[in-house]
Amino acid sequence: MSFARRLAAAAGAFLLIAAPAAQAQMFNPETFTLKNGLQVVVIPNHRVPVVSHMLWYKVGAGDELPGKTGLAHMVEHMMFKGTKLVPAGAFSKIVAQNGGRDNAFTTADYTAFYQDVAVDKLDLVMKLESDRMANLKLDDKDFQPERQVVLEERRMRIDNEPEALLEEQMTAQLFEVSPYHHPVIGWKQEIEGYKLADVVEFHKRWYAPNNAVLILSGDVTVAQVKPLVEKYYGAVPARPVPPRLREPEPEPMAARSVTLRDPDVHQPSWNRSYLAPSYHQGDTTMAYPLQVLAEILGGGTTSRLYKSLAVEQKLAATADAGYGAEALGMTSFDISVSPAPGVAMEQLVPAVEAELKKIADAGVTEEEVARAKQRLTISVSYARDSFHTGPRVLGSALASGGTIAQVEDWPNRISAVTAAQVSAAAKAVLQEQRSVTGLLLPTRPGDPVPDEEQRAQRSLGSFGREMR
Amino acid sequence: MSRLIKSFSLAAALLVAGLSSAANAAFDIQKVTSDNGIEAWLVEDHANPIIAMNFAFRGGAAMDPADKGGLSNLAASLFDEGAGDMDSQAFHGQLEDLGIGFGLSADHDAIRGHLKTITANRDTAFSLLALALSKPRFDAEAIERMRGQILADLAHQQQDPDAIAGRALTKALYPEHPYGRAVEGTEDSVKQITADDLKAWPAHRLGRDRLIIGVVGDITPEQLKPLLDSSFGALPAQADPIEVPEVQAAATGKVEIIRRPIPQSVVLFGQQGLKRTDPDWYAAYVMNYILGGGGFSSRLMTEVRVKRGLAYGISTGLSPYQHGALFDGGTATRNEKTAQSIALIRQEWQKMAEDGVTAQELADAKKYLIGSYPLQMDSTGSIAQILVAIQMDNLGRDYLERRSSLIQNITIDDIKRVARKLLDNKSLLFVVVGEPSGL
Repeated sequence: MSFARRLAAAAGAFLLIAAPAAQAQMFNPETFTLKNGLQVVVIPNHRVPVVSHMLWYKVGAGDELPGKTGLAHMVEHMMFKGTKLVPAGAFSKIVAQNGGRDNAFTTADYTAFYQDVAVDKLDLVMKLESDRMANLKLDDKDFQPERQVVLEERRMRIDNEPEALLEEQMTAQLFEVSPYHHPVIGWKQEIEGYKLADVVEFHKRWYAPNNAVLILSGDVTVAQVKPLVEKYYGAVPARPVPPRLREPEPEPMAARSVTLRDPDVHQPSWNRSYLAPSYHQGDTTMAYPLQVLAEILGGGTTSRLYKSLAVEQKLAATADAGYGAEALGMTSFDISVSPAPGVAMEQLVPAVEAELKKIADAGVTEEEVARAKQRLTISVSYARDSFHTGPRVLGSALASGGTIAQVEDWPNRISAVTAAQVSAAAKAVLQEQRSVTGLLLPTRPGDPVPDEEQRAQRSLGSFGREMR
Repeated sequence: MSRLIKSFSLAAALLVAGLSSAANAAFDIQKVTSDNGIEAWLVEDHANPIIAMNFAFRGGAAMDPADKGGLSNLAASLFDEGAGDMDSQAFHGQLEDLGIGFGLSADHDAIRGHLKTITANRDTAFSLLALALSKPRFDAEAIERMRGQILADLAHQQQDPDAIAGRALTKALYPEHPYGRAVEGTEDSVKQITADDLKAWPAHRLGRDRLIIGVVGDITPEQLKPLLDSSFGALPAQADPIEVPEVQAAATGKVEIIRRPIPQSVVLFGQQGLKRTDPDWYAAYVMNYILGGGGFSSRLMTEVRVKRGLAYGISTGLSPYQHGALFDGGTATRNEKTAQSIALIRQEWQKMAEDGVTAQELADAKKYLIGSYPLQMDSTGSIAQILVAIQMDNLGRDYLERRSSLIQNITIDDIKRVARKLLDNKSLLFVVVGEPSGL
């Protein structure tokens, strides 16, 4: 999985673990919009006198221009490098000196910044966050070392990790036209090529109040925060923002496979990603049935894949399925398995493919669907426990094309899914020509290699460490 | 992706180190004692229909026999794999259908468990726990499957430079002590564990005299009491004595290099630390924040990341065990600059040992360490964990009220004295995994 998709899947997983009894609302947020277009969402949670202040910009790696991949993430880093009022590097120090924590993250569809602070520091962090929306003032002497930091981040997350390199290649094959093709952190040589002017221009183009959502979760009320929000964020003028393009993928015509061999691989794995509709692109009616399908296939020890491959056939050590519906463009339905000790990949792979074929051909049972829906919706009971869950779930949805109503209605939408819909979605999505298969294998001689059928497929990639 | 600093902390032992304290008046920690004398700490919170219970038995993987390393880890992994007349599929089916979280795990010093449920399923959740603790099945199918999963995980660790470095560091610092072995054991030792070993394990290890319990959420003391008895009442009154020797880290000052064809070297380092009960704990805790524990505000982060772009993250931490302690940290730097990062770490180590901290640094550290306390209280589960950690380290039920002043009272001189005593550049041991040049 790419970062984008891993994060999308993580957002999905959030719902799995977080998601209240059916019919209940998830977070019961309140919302209002400033004259400059900034949407504000308030989720009260009064356990402790703290607040999470989170600003989501509707821009991510999917909005980058060719040749400048990773720029959205680079801009995230540079947001800590100074404004007219706050010197470079001071932002996080000020937050910490006030007993708070702060950080930020970027995905293919959004960039988010947050500070967790005591309620009486909300005024301070709003001042700081609205300041860097409007008044970023950057210097090349801070930019050059930060580019090195990002390159180290890339080495740490991707280049040092065979699984991550494989994911990066799989994603690049799965999304041929969509901007999700490239990694969120960017290709190395493009990270090396940005100019500070690129950062400044990207910030200017996208970091506008009308392109952002502010989420406040914790010991606060709308009446309390509204004057503060108007004072700080209301002063930033709206400006035109470009449309967000997620070019649809052409209908996939051939199964693809990517193999990464590495001398240090001791535990191989087999991964498959199918191009799948999201809430916003493709046949969007499948988005809820596919969540139920992922639960049936990969949700825990009693799921189809784990039960069949690990418990009954004793071939797999792990077996997972994942699907993140939340993407502006198309998304992916992902399967990942690794063999039990002593089991060759040639034994495991046909067994996995047989399970996938079975569910695509014969569909699912009423009982399976009923249980999966119960599991998904009961987890919603935990949604209001942590003051961090609400902002993450609502923020990622609102920043990638969703609405509060859609999030709040999630348990009901899941409850309404039928077995026929799940079976139809499985049939439509789990087709080999829609997929990329990724194999992680050791380079030692004599180890299993992809079987004839896989070799006959359009094998696009096979590379080792020397390429890096 | 996140700017979060990668954590290199060796032990989950940060536990209490991680808790800060302050404006906690919101929490009333009640001591609840059941009819049969089982004690739990309880924070009632009826805002949401959720109950979380965390518990721990003192004595962990460090008690495993040397030739059966991984015994506690494998045994703990089997408690949600079938009990009474329910096999693994039936037991997991109940947990998953009802949204109940349950499981046991092992670390060096304790066997830990957690149970999380919505109020509507409270009685079922506690009865599943009772069944698991009193009648675990240890079916052959489940034993072999969990053994296979652990072996696969051990194989996977061999391809992860962070895991390779972590293993090598603890092994180097504790060459002769169980803390130097992995909680999961080795491929060989895991294969040595028999069904009889596993079936005998609970009676030796899960004694009520070792038990610590923290409960948070939608439950009253009167509702909790009978559930404590039904859940834990059938356990043996006493477990085996904990015979783990006290140990000092074998910090030799060496740099151990493990060659791997990767572009970035993972660097971990460590030396002797302070135990949680040490009178100088809080001075060391504040010092660590300033040196390398404080994220974007720490000295090491400023020197290594911000000024020079040598790493995405660098951090240090106090890692106390029950029978020893480490002060350790980690970073990752491209191969050709690894030597420079190590030199900077040594330089900051020396500087702190010689000069201590400034008044401004101390004031800022206190504000963060005290002010950020309530941020830890994020969910019922995280508060339950804290209740267990406080008991594990015998900090007292009033700890959360006292914590702010314990930190507030630390002076510049305290830190100077403790830094000089604790930080030893000559003994600080490094493990590097990668292809570093110039080392």
